[in-house]
Amino acid sequence: MNLSRRQLLYLLPAAAAAWEFVLAGTPEAAPTYHSAEHWWGMLLDVTKCIGCGGCVRACALENDVPDGYFRTWVERYHVDDFHIESPVVDSPGGAKEGFPQSTLTGGKNFFVPKFCNHCVDSPCTQVCPVGATFHTADGVVLVDQNYCVGCRYCIQACPYGCRYFHPTKNVADKCTLCYHRIVKGLTTACCESCPTGARQLADLKDPKDPIHTFLKTHSVQVLKPHLATGAKNFYNGLDGSVR
Amino acid sequence: MVPLKDISHLLRMAAVFLVGLILFVVLRGAFLPKSFGKYGHYRGDALAEITARPIAYAGHQTCESCHPDVADSKAHGAHVQVNCESCHGPLAKHADDPTNLRPEKPDITHLCVRCHSENIAKPQGFPQVDAKEHSGGQLCDTCHHPHSPHFSEGAKK
Amino acid sequence: MEGFMYPNEVELQWSVLIVLYPFLTGLVAGAFILASLERIFRVEALKPTYRLALLTALAFLVVAPMPLQLHLGHPERSLEMYLTPHRSSAMAMFGFVYLWYLMAVLLMEIWLDYRKDIVILSRTATGLKRLFYKALALGSTNTSPTSLYVDDRVGWVITLIGIPSAFMLHGYVGFIFGSVKANPWWGNVLMPIIFIMSAMVSGIALCVFNYMVLSWVRCKKTDMKCLDVMTMFLFYALVVDAAIEGLDWIHRVYSAEEGFQVMQYMAREKLFWTLNLGQATFGTLVPLILLGSLQLIRKRVPELVRRRIYFACSLLILIGVLAMRWNVVIGGQLFSKSLRGVMTYKMEFAGLEGWLMGGLLLALPFITLTIMIRLFLSEKVSALALAGMDADEI
Repeated sequence: MNLSRRQLLYLLPAAAAAWEFVLAGTPEAAPTYHSAEHWWGMLLDVTKCIGCGGCVRACALENDVPDGYFRTWVERYHVDDFHIESPVVDSPGGAKEGFPQSTLTGGKNFFVPKFCNHCVDSPCTQVCPVGATFHTADGVVLVDQNYCVGCRYCIQACPYGCRYFHPTKNVADKCTLCYHRIVKGLTTACCESCPTGARQLADLKDPKDPIHTFLKTHSVQVLKPHLATGAKNFYNGLDGSVR
Repeated sequence: MVPLKDISHLLRMAAVFLVGLILFVVLRGAFLPKSFGKYGHYRGDALAEITARPIAYAGHQTCESCHPDVADSKAHGAHVQVNCESCHGPLAKHADDPTNLRPEKPDITHLCVRCHSENIAKPQGFPQVDAKEHSGGQLCDTCHHPHSPHFSEGAKK
Repeated sequence: MEGFMYPNEVELQWSVLIVLYPFLTGLVAGAFILASLERIFRVEALKPTYRLALLTALAFLVVAPMPLQLHLGHPERSLEMYLTPHRSSAMAMFGFVYLWYLMAVLLMEIWLDYRKDIVILSRTATGLKRLFYKALALGSTNTSPTSLYVDDRVGWVITLIGIPSAFMLHGYVGFIFGSVKANPWWGNVLMPIIFIMSAMVSGIALCVFNYMVLSWVRCKKTDMKCLDVMTMFLFYALVVDAAIEGLDWIHRVYSAEEGFQVMQYMAREKLFWTLNLGQATFGTLVPLILLGSLQLIRKRVPELVRRRIYFACSLLILIGVLAMRWNVVIGGQLFSKSLRGVMTYKMEFAGLEGWLMGGLLLALPFITLTIMIRLFLSEKVSALALAGMDADEI
């Protein structure tokens, strides 16, 4: 193909623009977002959670979560003395309306917010028979609602109970880490509405993200580490009684 | 060597299988979504569909860009890290059309106690009260302004 | 709900339909293994049930996907499992194992075994039936001894391949559960083995049941030697099955790992009838004792009594294995993955996943089998087969 110099001058900027689209994870919606530059996780500070349920409400409003189903929820623990293996746990309505005052006295009490851990080696994506649930390049586990057949295998395989079956769409559903927000530079709805900073979105690939310092200076855990799911929700101050 | 006529039925069966295989390949070509496999074992278009979701929470930076006065009054108080929409609810629609879509003021009777009602499981240092004992039934904003809640600041207008 | 369950767990995901599915595929695998005992291992006594076992396997295999389709949220998308199978998913790979088993093993073997009779029938039948048989024969009319010898040899090879295929068919179903590390009731290494062995047991029991019912319907006497041998295999398969299930139970009780307390509570409170009575006592212990005694004192027990015992045992075992599927599938969902709570499964009567549908789906393979017997195992066909008539002789 013989290109004149003029033709090349016209072609080059178009090629440059197209190259941007090629690099982007979601070329149509967020042309400046490059998924390969991010690796999303979250920091949850159990010492700061007040169980207000703001995250549950915000998530439901942001993502149209159907009533009675939860993309995120908060659990309240009551650990009597040294009985670490048998705490009393409750989560009334997923803590959407917060918690009523506890009738239990004494012991150790705290709140634990929970949601999809966006595991690196997620058992849910492993078992999906059709490829409707998948990992993005930036570490988010998503569900393709237009491809899911509704077999519910992923819901069985998730060790954390964070998936549910959407009652009207008849597909599996779960936390998307507000993917539609984070690719536009916003934080998740739950983090935005958390009044105490107990939840903080973290970009593990960003050297400036405060999580790196936090992880170096605090003892953190993931849920069910023995299952080696590669969970990316890091809990500060997580008690051994939490499952 | 077995004569051909005695295995012709097997060849016919093999032909049936072959036809079935070809049919499957054709069906697959027809029904497979075009974007499948683009980024991994999933439909590439799904990413665009998911990110196209409308936003409900505008984010505090957006709020503060139009309401710097509120940001200032919050700046030195205990609620500095409480984002606007924690109390005011999702406001992206308001941010898109501020004059026509004005949000309602949150209901103080239920708003403050959601975080500040006494609960044994809340962290020790967190300000929590039994609302009736604390204020004898008066509304919280009688003494505390939500944007700078220390009582010494008073219930600023 | 008692105790604590994750908020999303309060709804059961896999219902009675998913109980039926492993039950039906297990019967297929077991019936096929019984047929292969005659074909490969030349257990002559089982000849009277060879064809019935194969047709049983086919009838049940054809109905098996129905509960799955009814359960899917989007059954219209089920083709996706064949278009874009996710290779790491046991469920996706099972779709191909099922397809392989149906097409390459079962249908081929049945076709090769029946081909001569189909050709004969295509000459003697009239009207639509004639067309049907002709199409089934793929237009072939060759019944020469060489072609029949070829059929026999190829069929033998297919049966040989079919044995590990049958194990894989139901082993995969066991693996679908056994690979779920999130659920301690399911996720253990014995699960595929337990599923395979209980499949063997249920399949052989089904063939005993079918043979006795078919003979009764036709007012024919059952071949006692055949029954004795079938139930002998049934007994030994049951011994192995009971041993492995017993091992699973003993290991859980002894090592008492973290989930043991909640699982024990769940089994005691929610699975009492189906586990202790259905699966263990009446489904396993009673048949073991009855069939075991018969192995020792068979000659002293009159034929009529033996027949009654065989029939009763086959029925008990079938119910017991169905109970076992219930205990595995439903039981695994009645306790929380937080290991701190249990709940109850409320089944409705009508609806896609209710009692009525369950009953219908259990009856459907028997109805299918009846149609197949009418078409392929009618007394005329059996007579032809027994007489070894050649097409030219008609």
